[in-house]
Amino acid sequence: MTAVQVTGVTKTFTTKAGLVTALDDVDLTVEKGEFVSLIGPSGCGKSTLLRLIADLDTPTSGVIEVFGKSARQARLDQDYGIAFQTAGLLPWRSVAANIELPLQLHGVDRVGRRQRVAQLIELVGLGDFARSFPEQLSGGMQQRVAIARSLAERPELLLMDEPFGALDEMTRERMQSELVRISAETGAAVIFVTHSIPEAVFLSDRVVVMSPRPGRIRKVIDVKLGDARGEGLREESAFFASVTEVREALHGAPATGTARGVDTR
Amino acid sequence: MILRRVLPPVALGVLALLGWELLVQFAKIQPYLLPAPSAIGKQLALVLPGLWAATLATGSNALIGLIAGSILAIALALVASRLRFVDQLIAPVVAAIAVVPIVALAPVLTNMFGATSETPRRVIVGVVVFVPVFVNTLRGLRQVLPVHRDLMRAYAASNWQLTRTVTIPGALPYIFTGLNIASSLAVISAVVAEYFGGLQNGLGSRITSAASNSAYPRAWAYVFGAILLGLVFYAATLALERLASRRR
Ligand SMILES: Nc1ncnc2c1ncn2[C@@H]1O[C@H](COP(=O)(O)OP(=O)(O)OP(=O)(O)O)[C@@H](O)[C@H]1O
Ligand SMILES: [Mg+2]
Repeated sequence: MTAVQVTGVTKTFTTKAGLVTALDDVDLTVEKGEFVSLIGPSGCGKSTLLRLIADLDTPTSGVIEVFGKSARQARLDQDYGIAFQTAGLLPWRSVAANIELPLQLHGVDRVGRRQRVAQLIELVGLGDFARSFPEQLSGGMQQRVAIARSLAERPELLLMDEPFGALDEMTRERMQSELVRISAETGAAVIFVTHSIPEAVFLSDRVVVMSPRPGRIRKVIDVKLGDARGEGLREESAFFASVTEVREALHGAPATGTARGVDTR
Repeated sequence: MILRRVLPPVALGVLALLGWELLVQFAKIQPYLLPAPSAIGKQLALVLPGLWAATLATGSNALIGLIAGSILAIALALVASRLRFVDQLIAPVVAAIAVVPIVALAPVLTNMFGATSETPRRVIVGVVVFVPVFVNTLRGLRQVLPVHRDLMRAYAASNWQLTRTVTIPGALPYIFTGLNIASSLAVISAVVAEYFGGLQNGLGSRITSAASNSAYPRAWAYVFGAILLGLVFYAATLALERLASRRR
């Protein structure tokens, strides 16, 4: 069964400068439990596509289905968890209270909330900061709180917009491994926006390469690295082969340089 | 810590009083211009029971007006922040209220409600307080960040949940800015409202009657009461703000 089905979706914004086509006739299918990354230069519509799937905005034309329902119904049914490009924490709430927010809104009782929050705080390695406030945390730590919050209700679908952008390399690799583990354990489908090619390859079953003006899907690359994504994977030749394939797709041809806005680390 | 924060202003106050006393004594300033603090202090002791009663009368008018006006202002700001047409409807009214002078309103209201009623004074306080609370609250309610709006939409949160968990906590600092201004204004306008006739039980009426009897130190003793009352109101809203920002 499919988690997300995007069919012929176009999204235009009317601005003072004129009409901006953020997405042009985009088709994308994400199966249940599948991990799909979106990569592409800045402004190619990655965030826009994610927002449409989350029903935070509506397509100009085309259809989006989430678990066989309309995107709106899926949102109302709370079928997905989301982490935004900016952490978006509530500054007057402590770390624990921020993670607790979705549980509180959806009527989980106090004991259940406390247990779940404790698990999630451990998961993102912020055990000592439960009572801290967002302004007392670094950008990377705030991102981890936002990730914990998106996982709070064990969603079947995770929408993540550059969630690891503000993390240092070590935390980033640890969070990547955690995310692979979580998605494998819970069987959740993940749509993951990133600017890092190795990150996309390491995490994904498929990498969707997009191009800007107008935002289109240029190529979808199958990454066949098997399910055991240990740390050793980063050293394997299959890994590098996929990295090269994604890089070439980004440039539109075998390339020597780097696409603007894309991090090739 | 507390000592270091309290000591300097207290020392400054004592010094100022001392300077004032010396100035009046040595420059031989007439009491109708400026009585000496010692003379005011003597009067203060004499009129203390009356001062207490007058402060209570004016204080309760200020408090009732402040609470009623603020509740109305916050409620209307909540509605205006949600409904565009209400906002457009209220904006000119608020602008009109903002420029109504107490001097114009007080005699009219005193005639309307009769000279034995406290109501006109409370209404005046309410009107004066309304504007800063409304304007600041509305500004605060409009501060919701797009990402927070998106987040609450993603959670399929109801309008009330959005208001309760995001909009109001975010607006609290603004609301308290309004209330801080309003609390001082409430005391001032409660005192001034009494200058225009009606009951003779409050600080304002005592000040005018003392002044018209040339009892200047007594008038100043009541002024002193008004200052204390204003400080109490201001401190109370500050304390409330502390409490609220810890609880949100
Ligand atoms: N609300 C909006 N109003 C007008 N234009 C918009 C809006 N949102 C996005 N756009 C435009 O749509 C295009 C795609 O934006 P989007 O945010 O999806 O890019 P992105 O791929 O996420 O970029 P980045 O990697 O920098 O986050 C951009 O040209 C942007 O200017
Ligand atoms: Mg983006």
